Amino acid sequence: MNYCKKHWTLILGSLVLLMMVSGCKKKPPPTPPAPPPKPVTATLSANPTSITAGQPSTLTWSTDGADDVTLDGQKVNVSGSQTVQPTETTTYHLAAKGAGGTQEATAQVSVAQPTPAPTPQPTPQPTATDEQVFAQAAQDIYFDYDKADLRPQSQQIISHLAEVMKAHPNWKVQIEGNCDERGSTEYNLALGTRRADAATQALTQAGVPADDLKTISYGKEKPVCTEANDDCWQRNRRDHFTLTQH
Amino acid sequence: MLNKTRIHFTLLFIFIALPFTQILAQDQIKTGTNIGAPIRLAASDFKQANADPANGPLLSAFNQTLWSDLDNAGIFEMVAKSFYPSGTPGAPSDINLSAWGNPPVNAAMLAFGNLGAASGKVTVQGWLYDVKNTSSPQVLGKEYREDASTDNARLIAHRFANEIITRLGGIPGVAETKIYFISTRSGHKELWTMDYDGANQHQLTHLDSIALSPRVSPDNSRVAFSALGSSWQIRMYSLDLSRMVSFPHFGGGNYSPAWSSDGTKLAFSSSMGTGSSDIYIADSTGAAPRRLTTGKTDVSPVFNPKTNTQIAFVSGRSGLPQIYIMDADGSNVQRVTDQGYAVSPSWSPNGLLLAFSWVRHYGPGIPGGADLYVMDVASRQIVQLTHDGGRNDFPSWSPDGRHIVFQSTRSGTEQVWSVLADGTHLQQLTREGRNTQPNWSYR
Repeated sequence: MNYCKKHWTLILGSLVLLMMVSGCKKKPPPTPPAPPPKPVTATLSANPTSITAGQPSTLTWSTDGADDVTLDGQKVNVSGSQTVQPTETTTYHLAAKGAGGTQEATAQVSVAQPTPAPTPQPTPQPTATDEQVFAQAAQDIYFDYDKADLRPQSQQIISHLAEVMKAHPNWKVQIEGNCDERGSTEYNLALGTRRADAATQALTQAGVPADDLKTISYGKEKPVCTEANDDCWQRNRRDHFTLTQH
Repeated sequence: MLNKTRIHFTLLFIFIALPFTQILAQDQIKTGTNIGAPIRLAASDFKQANADPANGPLLSAFNQTLWSDLDNAGIFEMVAKSFYPSGTPGAPSDINLSAWGNPPVNAAMLAFGNLGAASGKVTVQGWLYDVKNTSSPQVLGKEYREDASTDNARLIAHRFANEIITRLGGIPGVAETKIYFISTRSGHKELWTMDYDGANQHQLTHLDSIALSPRVSPDNSRVAFSALGSSWQIRMYSLDLSRMVSFPHFGGGNYSPAWSSDGTKLAFSSSMGTGSSDIYIADSTGAAPRRLTTGKTDVSPVFNPKTNTQIAFVSGRSGLPQIYIMDADGSNVQRVTDQGYAVSPSWSPNGLLLAFSWVRHYGPGIPGGADLYVMDVASRQIVQLTHDGGRNDFPSWSPDGRHIVFQSTRSGTEQVWSVLADGTHLQQLTREGRNTQPNWSYR
């Protein structure tokens, strides 16, 4: 949107300039020839000229013999620099106007996209990528002792996972609730069920279809560690996510 | 504290002893002992009936089992064998009543008999004598005949012991009962069985997955349990057919099945309806499951076996798990434990007592030292059954209400133990692998 505005401003500016130039021509020349005005010069450069989206580039310009300098239609000092962060490849226009005429200069900043832009027809992605994307997004979430409430950090993980899952509607995910070794085998199965259900509820509330989710409790049957200490108990009080279909 | 505990033990013993002391009082057996006190019983080693070389191991298995059964019964004061008159009596003609009835033996009752193998069969004759009744001492006279094997020698000993216990104790003994449990010794948690005294252990299922929570049906025909496939399902092992039989699959996770004592209903925990675990009740075929609770972490239901109109269960609805009781239609829910971490209820056969596992004073820094407790359901009075011995969980009552089998880490690993309901006669039944979740058969 900004890019379009810049261009319209540019086109309008050029038109006004043309009209003014032609208007001048129509005027009769003034009395005895004055010393020729100093010719106007202008340079504009960008450094670096290639960035990836979101990175900055510095525009540097200098002019000579001009008293009215605009950069993309905005009045600026006769020389100076400015930092820009374009999201797409952009050509910046410098216009310098003085008694000796008008000079323009351009500089282009080419922008590389960090991820390829989505194409109209989604093409199936290679398996490895899906699994990598899933592994990155679906981190284990941890619970307090005898609790199935999501911690704030877990809610962030779930929100992010929900967005990734919505971008991959063919994914099916199994949510596995786990408990530490303390307490009864049967009660821990019920507690693990509730922990898995807590993640399921949060994901469906964030817009993931319930059909894409399956919950299972492993109670205290599948621990990741077996030491009887707080650290290991905490590591076992978790929901683990598994990508079962993609 | 100690005195209070003793008083509670006395109360508990009254609860347990009442049914059979009443019957004992009505019975015509002249025991010569004070009613309610343990009966002083002598059990002589049985004598070889012939010179068959097979007799040795059979006799040894028989004598050991008979003594152990009588000693385990919890109603006898066993007279040590070192006090017995010299010479092993094998038949009534060998008995000198005064030698058994006077000090140092001073027995009220005497069990004796003979065992002999012949042509691949083993024959046992056994007698029970009321030593103080000189005119008509014989209370029991039994003969048994089976294929000759040590397993059968033990089986005959169990039968004869049960006759004695039934006759003197008023209700059938448990010597022929089984215990079902989960063992890891094959590399997976599978369903196993053993005799009540820990003998004859063998594996029943080969699912190569995780089997949990075995509960045998009241008619001893099937064992219901929960196993992990693509989800947790209630599964059925047929003891009649020695194989798995079908049972309906439900949605979600399905755990901790429990039979009603008439065998018509199964209660269990399921997340089929809400995504979290609630208590359901279904026909024993699995038909018509319906939800009874809404507690979200409700599990481990158990019927009151006397009436089948009440169910005890565990719920985390108020925080740490507690024991609750409700009517079998889901109404009238009452919490019966008030603190700590209380799980794994087991209802006594007479319907009066609940055994459960409890970390009574739970808190940060207090490791999970769970002990077994017994609650009188009517008065809510509680007696501690195990003390300071690792984590004790999953109590299950014997059908005579005199014993409890449970799992404990007191030996270092999870093993199955049994104990008399007054806290005495603690015995380790398993040693190999990890063994958990014992369930005592109904008969």
